[in-house]
Amino acid sequence: MLQKTDAEAKKQTARSDEFDEHDEIFEDSKINVNIGPQHPAMHGTLRVMCEVNGEIIEKSECELGYLHRAIEKIGEVRTYHQFIPFTDRLNYCSALQNNIAYVTSVEKLMGVELPKRNVWIRTMCCEIARIIDHLICVGINAFDLGAMTFFLYGFHQRERAYEFIEKLCGSRLTTTYTRVGGLMSDLPDGFLRDLSDWLDEFSEVIDEMDRLLTGNRIWVDRTKGIGYLSQEDALSYSMTGPCLRASNVNFDIRRDMPYLAYDQVEFDVPIAKGGDVFDRYLIRMTEIRESVRILRQVCQKMPGGPIWADDKRIRIPDKDRVHNSMESMIHHFKFFMEGFDCPEGEAYCPMEGPNGEVGFYIKSKGGPKAYRLRIRAPSFFMFQTVNEAARGCSIADLIAIIGSVNIIAGELDR
Amino acid sequence: MAGGVDVTTFELTAMAIKLGIVLLILLHVAPIMVWAERRICSWMQNRTGPNRVGPFGLLQPLADAAKFIFKEEYVPAHVRKGFYELAPAVSIIPAFLTFAVIPFGPSIDIGGNLVHLQLADLNVGFVYILAISSLSVYGTIMASWASNSKYAMFGGLRATAQMISYELALGLSLVSMIMVYGSVSLQEITQAQGEVFAFFPSLPKWGVFLQPVAFLIFFISIFAETNRLPFDLPEGEAEIIGFHVEYGGMKWSSFFLAEYLHMTTAAGFLTAMFLGGWQMFPGMYTAIVALGLEGDALYWTMVGLRVLSFAIKVMVILVFFIVVRFTLPRFRYDQLMHLGWKVLVPIALVNIVVTAYMISFGWL
Repeated sequence: MLQKTDAEAKKQTARSDEFDEHDEIFEDSKINVNIGPQHPAMHGTLRVMCEVNGEIIEKSECELGYLHRAIEKIGEVRTYHQFIPFTDRLNYCSALQNNIAYVTSVEKLMGVELPKRNVWIRTMCCEIARIIDHLICVGINAFDLGAMTFFLYGFHQRERAYEFIEKLCGSRLTTTYTRVGGLMSDLPDGFLRDLSDWLDEFSEVIDEMDRLLTGNRIWVDRTKGIGYLSQEDALSYSMTGPCLRASNVNFDIRRDMPYLAYDQVEFDVPIAKGGDVFDRYLIRMTEIRESVRILRQVCQKMPGGPIWADDKRIRIPDKDRVHNSMESMIHHFKFFMEGFDCPEGEAYCPMEGPNGEVGFYIKSKGGPKAYRLRIRAPSFFMFQTVNEAARGCSIADLIAIIGSVNIIAGELDR
Repeated sequence: MAGGVDVTTFELTAMAIKLGIVLLILLHVAPIMVWAERRICSWMQNRTGPNRVGPFGLLQPLADAAKFIFKEEYVPAHVRKGFYELAPAVSIIPAFLTFAVIPFGPSIDIGGNLVHLQLADLNVGFVYILAISSLSVYGTIMASWASNSKYAMFGGLRATAQMISYELALGLSLVSMIMVYGSVSLQEITQAQGEVFAFFPSLPKWGVFLQPVAFLIFFISIFAETNRLPFDLPEGEAEIIGFHVEYGGMKWSSFFLAEYLHMTTAAGFLTAMFLGGWQMFPGMYTAIVALGLEGDALYWTMVGLRVLSFAIKVMVILVFFIVVRFTLPRFRYDQLMHLGWKVLVPIALVNIVVTAYMISFGWL
């Protein structure tokens, strides 16, 4: 089912080539259509300007920057802890993943060793974030093509997943759950039991969603061969994540460069050969199932012990002591007003986010703030591919393509 | 001249009453359909849906209508004002007109006068429906051109191509029905569907059993004709927002009113054509005879049940419309054209030829 024949690929190319020739008769019939930044199918504030002939897009130009908030610069004027809430606002569909990716880079700079329980909780957070992100992506992609029920099945489960995040850190979208060298709080009582109960329910819903859409003829016709990107194209555009794996590249940072507890859990990395919207959808659906598998193992293997690294430089004083002893109170204030000193150096910890490689490059020249901060956001690289993929497609296909690469404007524009 | 009532006065009164009832029902179908659509879709999607305003949220459409009516009548500066104002009316009037020839009950005998439970038994029959419903596309085109917006124009172009293409398939599927029944009058066609098959007496001779292929083509085509998902390309809210992108308030909702009216007419048309119209469901007659009714009581019970049967059939089709909308994704424009011209039209043509042969051999 994942195979895309050469003939189909050629057809797609041929379709694009037709429009290279100078078209004299219909020269005047071309119009420019501006899609976005305010458009129901533009996820966030994206803009695509298209030159269309009928409904066929002959040329398109993507524009970004409508949601630019200078988050990278903010990272250079805030202390390391103060910047954590800003990472929530990057990819707001998987805020936990950003929190973790950021503090891991800082911890690498500081040379902090994390306790086991912390590592496993973070692994769990990454997978919950992945499930949520994938549910939104496939759901909205289907919704844009008219399949509303599929979307709401997914959204209902996403809501359940957010309940778990709420139990973890009190908020749903903007989590700010991690601290350098620790976490905001430990798991609440009975969390893992509830989680594994939900996983059983969720697996059934995923099967149901699968039955509803995957074999549907209209859905397959709408998505197969659309937005095709070859293996070379995908690599040359620096694509990562599910879209890269849909273009037949077997690469997953979780497996190939293990971080957190990923070397201690079993999971498969799905790859597909089509490189089209349908295969990206399939990859994401399979990855959701793999995430469920990882979460089940996390529920079984979750170790006990502390969640904080034993390091005086970064340890946030306990509230109990802050409220009862003056020295701790002073320590608390100094810690949060001034931040902690970070040794000189630079660090980058790539992680397999739901959309692709997420990483924070931090350069420190000492002191409590980063000297330079750069964010590797997967959406940025994927947005470039839209022009190439949409050439020769119709406007309806463009919507499908943009949905399938899952561009999150918060992360794209930063 | 029975009963001393002047025939013309009697007919006029009967006509006025029928007209009133049909108009009232049609006007109420749209709000009820809006409510049903929202409740059924939320039931399908594990949601609650509107349940606050009135019992089961039944008054929600009234609240919606009040909101739309009191909204500011905003007209964008770049539109062609006259056509812009006219378009909602042009799309809604044909929707009201088409129901006229659909029989919703048998001819009843009141004091010796026959009253057809049908607004007009025209000699052109259902061809009238095809003619008038084709006019409704003018409302869409007018709205899209007058809006002077690229998105609206896409919607209008899609609507034009789609409605014209599918009207062809629809018309061809009806040709075979004309051949079978030898009539274009829906009242006569419905009456003919009251017979039963000789080899299997409990199965009535409904159009769907006589012409299953025509039924399928007709069914698919009315989805396209009424702009319902999976054929709601002129609307395509995620792609081009739709031909009514520049409209707001009650003008915008009149397009939807028209859509729901078209759905009702299409469901009524389908029922009269293929599902036996006002013919009772198999078993109903046996049931009322078993109750021991006689004379007038039997007659009026049968009339009541026949109208009820018609209503139930129409409602089932309408619910089916809603269920399909929330199950399937949308077609792409070229796939839609492909299905219309390369699949439905050839099948309909073959169906006509096969039907002709069957009739000439005396099998139908």
